[in-house]
Amino acid sequence: MRIGVITFPGSLDDVDAARAVRLAGAEPVALWHADDDLAGVEAVVLPGGFSYGDYLRAGAIAARAPMMRTVVDRARQGLPVLGICNGFQVLCEAGLLPGALTRNSHLHFRNRDQGLLVERADTAWTSSYEQGQTIVVPVKNGEGRYVGSDADLDALEGEGRVVVRYVGGNPNGSSRDIAGVTSADGRVVGLMPHPEHAVEDLTGPSVDGLGFFTSVLQGVLSA
Amino acid sequence: MTVDTVSHAAQTPDEPQPWAELGLREDEYARIREILGRRPTTAELAMYSVMWSEHCSYKSSKVHLRTFGDLPRSEALLVGMGENAGVVDVGDGYAVTFKVESHNHPSYIEPYQGAATGVGGIVRDILTMGARPVAVMDSLRFGRADAPDTARVLPGVVAGVGGYGNCLGLPNIGGELLFDDCYAGNPLVNALCVGVMRHEDVRLAKAEGVGNKVVLFGARTGGDGIGGVSVLASETFDAAGPAKRPAVQVGDPFTEKLLIEACLEIFAADLVTGIQDLGGAGLSCATSELAAAGSGGMHVDLDTVPLRDSTLTAAEILMSESQERMCAIVEPAKVEQFLAVCAKWDVLATVIGEVTDGTRLTVDWHGEQIVDVPPRTVALDGPVYHRPMARPADLDALQAAVPPVESTDLRADWLAVVGSPDGADKSWVTEQYDRYVQGNTVLAQPEDAGVVRIDEDTHRGIALALDGNARFARLDPYTGAQLNLSEAYRNVAVSGAVPLAVTNCLNFGSPEEPEVMWQFAEAVRGLADGCRALGLPVTGGNVSLYNQTGDVPINPTPVIGVLGVHDDVRTRVSGGWKTAGETLVLLGETRPEFGGSAWASVVHGHLGGLPPQLDLDAERALGELLADLAADELVSSAHDLSDGGLAQALSESALRYGVGATVSVRGDATAALFSESVARAVVTTSDPATVLAAARGRGVPATELGTTGGDALVVEGLVELPLAELRTTWSTTLPALFDTPEATVGAVPTGAVPTS
Repeated sequence: MRIGVITFPGSLDDVDAARAVRLAGAEPVALWHADDDLAGVEAVVLPGGFSYGDYLRAGAIAARAPMMRTVVDRARQGLPVLGICNGFQVLCEAGLLPGALTRNSHLHFRNRDQGLLVERADTAWTSSYEQGQTIVVPVKNGEGRYVGSDADLDALEGEGRVVVRYVGGNPNGSSRDIAGVTSADGRVVGLMPHPEHAVEDLTGPSVDGLGFFTSVLQGVLSA
Repeated sequence: MTVDTVSHAAQTPDEPQPWAELGLREDEYARIREILGRRPTTAELAMYSVMWSEHCSYKSSKVHLRTFGDLPRSEALLVGMGENAGVVDVGDGYAVTFKVESHNHPSYIEPYQGAATGVGGIVRDILTMGARPVAVMDSLRFGRADAPDTARVLPGVVAGVGGYGNCLGLPNIGGELLFDDCYAGNPLVNALCVGVMRHEDVRLAKAEGVGNKVVLFGARTGGDGIGGVSVLASETFDAAGPAKRPAVQVGDPFTEKLLIEACLEIFAADLVTGIQDLGGAGLSCATSELAAAGSGGMHVDLDTVPLRDSTLTAAEILMSESQERMCAIVEPAKVEQFLAVCAKWDVLATVIGEVTDGTRLTVDWHGEQIVDVPPRTVALDGPVYHRPMARPADLDALQAAVPPVESTDLRADWLAVVGSPDGADKSWVTEQYDRYVQGNTVLAQPEDAGVVRIDEDTHRGIALALDGNARFARLDPYTGAQLNLSEAYRNVAVSGAVPLAVTNCLNFGSPEEPEVMWQFAEAVRGLADGCRALGLPVTGGNVSLYNQTGDVPINPTPVIGVLGVHDDVRTRVSGGWKTAGETLVLLGETRPEFGGSAWASVVHGHLGGLPPQLDLDAERALGELLADLAADELVSSAHDLSDGGLAQALSESALRYGVGATVSVRGDATAALFSESVARAVVTTSDPATVLAAARGRGVPATELGTTGGDALVVEGLVELPLAELRTTWSTTLPALFDTPEATVGAVPTGAVPTS
């Protein structure tokens, strides 16, 4: 299986995302923001970083890249898309996921190993997990506070679209401890924590993050 | 305004020039006139003034630094001092380049931008060598932690180091954070960057090949940082002086990230013959250094330099320290491809001149020649001073004031040391740094050394530590510098790495004070002797002088960096106890040594006596033992003993994963717990007999201390500290000092945020 990893100017964790894809058993394909051809990939990862230096709003400029127009079109037809950190911000700015990510409540960048409760184990990116499972992956962001109006958040929760929630402390003041959400069809997932940094014992706090990448592989293989 | 051209300067020898305002001395100005055979033009005067500043010319330190060049040649050293950064062979065809640089004065004036551009500058130095930057570290000093100004400076510096490094995608893998009154008006911000390349990819900063083009690329040139090196870095702060904010540069890490990627693509395609970054002294420095290191001739047309501010004068353009700029020498046939790579990364690139035959650097502006100088005289032949030196008058009294030797309350002292700002948990700072990006960070803070994997297939890696105990250096700068080397060496060894090379950032007061100059010379002599004893080369370094407020210099602060190699990072040893029931072994010998110790400072407010006795043979033996133990996977954790002695090391090891221990100590309890004797580490093992035998084999004294387990640290018959209490003491200090109230999460009105 070929999984695309998009590099925008200022993407930082693209190499890490590609490594995670490889360790999961798939073939990473480097995609460039200024192109608009997905090169036949069967899923796409939007990596972390500071695309366009977070200028204007985090993810706002990248969301308008040529490649994103293709991603938005294909995602609406069911292409699995994972947005990590800045990638999540891009997905929200592109309208593929609801809500917005704002400055952390404590106003600092924060990097720590974070507990997450997996609430949905049936999306394209989380089927390797058990519902209710707790995993530990790094979180690192300055603008990771997930917000939405109460009505919208109620609706989101009512539809069961919260994929992962912070446990053991909320690192950025996100509403209702929400760490990641999914599209209505469960094909697009965005989260602030970094599963690609928890794929090797040597370099991560766990290997709990690998499941995101094996999930999409299994999903496509079994489809 | 008419342009001060070369011919105009020749015709108007008596025109008064502001050499003093630019930081030049009268004899220096006279020497410039002598070199040129006329008065310098305004632009030439600007170039000489910045390049002959202390910061760029090392005019006070040069005569001492030559000592490092006398060290025996190391086979590991591929590129030595004099280039942007030294390059070391780390095996398998890999080369590593690393360097520390200060950005002290800018960080005091504008903490965020000062610290951020400090990181940016050192990263460009590493990039310039042809390497991909792979990690950063920071060594920070501030005034007393509860001083009001520390609350202004520290949060900004930390946010600046983090903001820039995080946005570049460089993991921060360690460093130091220490407090002392002597830094109240002069914090230290020393940033390290390390980069990796293949041997054949090393690039040098020289302009060769007549007709080759000089390409300026990166950010536009603006009015920021004009005279930063001559005005800021060489001047002490005066409360009554004018605001110097405009002399601090403003950083844009996004542009630097693009610059990094563009450069690496340019290197890979072999598109440059020479490259130099623009840092202190900007274009003046880059053009004169490139030309001086090459055949000598270069012509630049200043009108082609892309500007952020069209009102800048020629001299200002030459002096500007606008960040995120590089200068490359490119063969004409490769210019098109070079520009195409830059365009791909949205990096502005402009041909501003070319390499010429002859030995002059000439610059035109509005069609007239405003600079015509021999580049060597600007870049290399700056003034050199043999400054007067004098042993500090108070040193005898200071060394005679021996510290107390006995604790009256071990438990209270323990908590005081561990809860002091120097001893406390640094998470408040380090959580603001991305340690994971690039996915190769094997160890990072709070580990003794940062460890980075450089090859995913062979598992080869490097280890780095930075140490700079200034109390020791104040008591005895010769020994103090060696003790810092000793500690950094030990910290690298604790991870299981083999130490390979040394860098340094020497932070001192004003060189015009004979006592400061003596401290500097002693520290350099000490470091050179220490490196000789350990068989390590000095790969380069940085000197920061004029660190003082008014008449009071900072404590001499030689920050020493040691680089080590892991043949296989999978056998690295980390700190912190993970399992109960393991045996604790103390390696090394403990003597009652409290001069300059954390215990004497925190508990008694005392600084005096002599620092711990240096023993580099013992340090080397300990290092070799630790490497053996790691390779044979005989130990499950290791932690060095330094500031705060055994008490601090046990506390940090226990609190890391919440596993306590019961230990017993022999002899004098105060020395056992708080002495800072060198060449010591504490390890955990499930096979104490083999560890003790290995220690005997290396001639390292080793003692079984006790066993891990439980939820307290118990020193039998002396102290019992529940981990919960210890953790509260240790972890609340910095948040209590520097946390600001959290922003309240207000209700978001429906419709304010896009939903789908």
